[in-house]
Amino acid sequence: MLDSTAIKIEGICKAYKDTLALQDINLSIRQGEIFGLIGPDGAGKTSLFRILTTLTLADKGRASVNGRDVVEDMADIRRTIGYMPGHFALYQDLSVEENLNFYATVFGTTVEANYATIKDIYCQIEKFKDRRARDLSGGMKQKLALCCALVHKPEVLFLDEPTTGVDAVSRREFWAMLARIKESGVTIMVSTPYMDEARLCDRIGLILGGRIIDKGTPEEIISRYPDRLYAVRDENMFRILAALRPVEGVLRCSSFGCECHLALAEGGPSGEEILSVLSAAGIEGCSIEKIRPGIEDCFIRLS
Amino acid sequence: MKEVLAFIRKEFKHIFRDKRTILIVLVMPVVQIVLFGFAISTEVHNAVVDVVGDMTDPSVRRIVNSIDANEYLEIGEILPSGAMVESRIRKGKAKAAVCFEKDFDRHLKADGRASVEIIGDGADPNSAQIVTSYIKGVISSEQLSISSSSTRGGVSMRPNVQLMYNPAMNSSYNFVPGVMGLILMLICSMMTSVSIVKEKELGTLELVLVSPVKPFWIILSKLTPYLALSIINLASVLLLSRFVMDVPMNGSLALLLLVSIIFIGSSLGLGLLVSVISSTQQTAMMLCGMGLTMPTMMLSGLIFPCESMPAALQLFSDIIPAKWFIIMVKKIMIQGVGVSAIVKELSILTGMMVFLLWISIKNFKTRL
Repeated sequence: MLDSTAIKIEGICKAYKDTLALQDINLSIRQGEIFGLIGPDGAGKTSLFRILTTLTLADKGRASVNGRDVVEDMADIRRTIGYMPGHFALYQDLSVEENLNFYATVFGTTVEANYATIKDIYCQIEKFKDRRARDLSGGMKQKLALCCALVHKPEVLFLDEPTTGVDAVSRREFWAMLARIKESGVTIMVSTPYMDEARLCDRIGLILGGRIIDKGTPEEIISRYPDRLYAVRDENMFRILAALRPVEGVLRCSSFGCECHLALAEGGPSGEEILSVLSAAGIEGCSIEKIRPGIEDCFIRLS
Repeated sequence: MKEVLAFIRKEFKHIFRDKRTILIVLVMPVVQIVLFGFAISTEVHNAVVDVVGDMTDPSVRRIVNSIDANEYLEIGEILPSGAMVESRIRKGKAKAAVCFEKDFDRHLKADGRASVEIIGDGADPNSAQIVTSYIKGVISSEQLSISSSSTRGGVSMRPNVQLMYNPAMNSSYNFVPGVMGLILMLICSMMTSVSIVKEKELGTLELVLVSPVKPFWIILSKLTPYLALSIINLASVLLLSRFVMDVPMNGSLALLLLVSIIFIGSSLGLGLLVSVISSTQQTAMMLCGMGLTMPTMMLSGLIFPCESMPAALQLFSDIIPAKWFIIMVKKIMIQGVGVSAIVKELSILTGMMVFLLWISIKNFKTRL
């Protein structure tokens, strides 16, 4: 395909009763890239996926997948996309093999014909092929769902929160699989609430409250971070947050696991000055270090 | 086509892998038809009748003997006085009592009239009615034969009531067609709607809708297994009612099958309609249970005759497909009529089927 845009989203709006789920979404996703839609629960990720997979209609705006309009060319789109919904949507009472055969047949193909496409993933669950889907572990269910979404060699793959509720090892494996699928030329649009998965995508869009608040490669988004960022460590996070939030020149102060990320304005206090503020408040023995912002820092700045 | 076959195969797997579904689909109909047709019958067998009177009186003995000979009645005790009747009935030891006046035979022969009193158990009006009418029947036939042999003659005519088609008031004649309607509707409507709504609820429909298979074929493949099971049920119910319940099959079997298929079609349409409007299995069950089964039981003429309902309910009963099906089944199986006698009912039911299927397929959402 000459046009390098795989998915084009122009001014999509969607409301459910009084809630605005999506507000004027504009995105363009390139052929063969992994595009990550990153945002917390309720940000509108699933709504956008459902519009792109022709399952719901947008109230306003247009969208196309590989040049096919999501409203007019519904049938064509349904034939050429793979979709993995956010919840496990395979038949629990059918076995692994039966599920896979069913989806292959429904998409007009056979498992044998496309075995090469799914081989990498399927070989990991093949030894459980007679097991009912309901008896699989979370990670295996996810692999089976991915196989079912891939079995008809889709041009574009939509994965709605595929790693939610999956353990860290399986998550890593899953992203490795996505990288291999991408190599075969499939465009992948994936959503996730985990910010650490953002750097595994070629490009990302940050979504919050139904709006895209930033988009670009993870590096671009990070490089746009304007403030100086420090990590402060202490056993008692709460007293640090309480002591630093009122200080002038402190833009944001938020806890990140066992440390606290402190964004300081240009011309604001330096790291040493922060330490002296803390000791003046009677907080001793904490460390401070200048750090590179991550996607989560960007997200917090924009939200 | 291969896609549709895969769908149908999958649907059968769902049915056969779920014990509860199997129970509802294949066991429940048999149990229901046997229960309704056999155990829960309104007829009375071997009702105990006490006698108060002089057993040495020839006419009394004659009547008592023929009561005892009746297959539905059985003589209990011969009581010396009417005072004991009440306690026997209250204790449930007797269903009814017959009291003959003193010198019954002499009064009868001399004056041509003698008095006999029948006492029934009004606490159970249905069976009291039946038992007393059995006794009345026995007495009047005895009276007739006595008066014809008597030299006096000229005794007034006794009404000879005979129920056509069901002379023994066999209740299975009424229940079997009704239960057939109920079972077919329950399976077609409830099972179909629940199976579709289940996919909605579990989210599997989301993935199926994204596939290139057209919704029409998805619906068709959802309906096919239940259609097949309904036909199996129809066959088993018909065999049971013919050979176990002794309901006659006077009309054409082909016509009965045609009528049944049309009824199954309209029930599938109803089920589809329920699945379109409900979003959880619970709603679908409630809608089918309260919205379909109850009105079918109450208003289709299965329990209460439609003719005795108030006008508003009669009007409402007209929109229940089962009513028309039950009327036709009775006409075909018991009266043995041909197609010309059921044209009205057949066209109403066909119209309902077309309308229900059309409206539910039209409203089936191709999106979420």
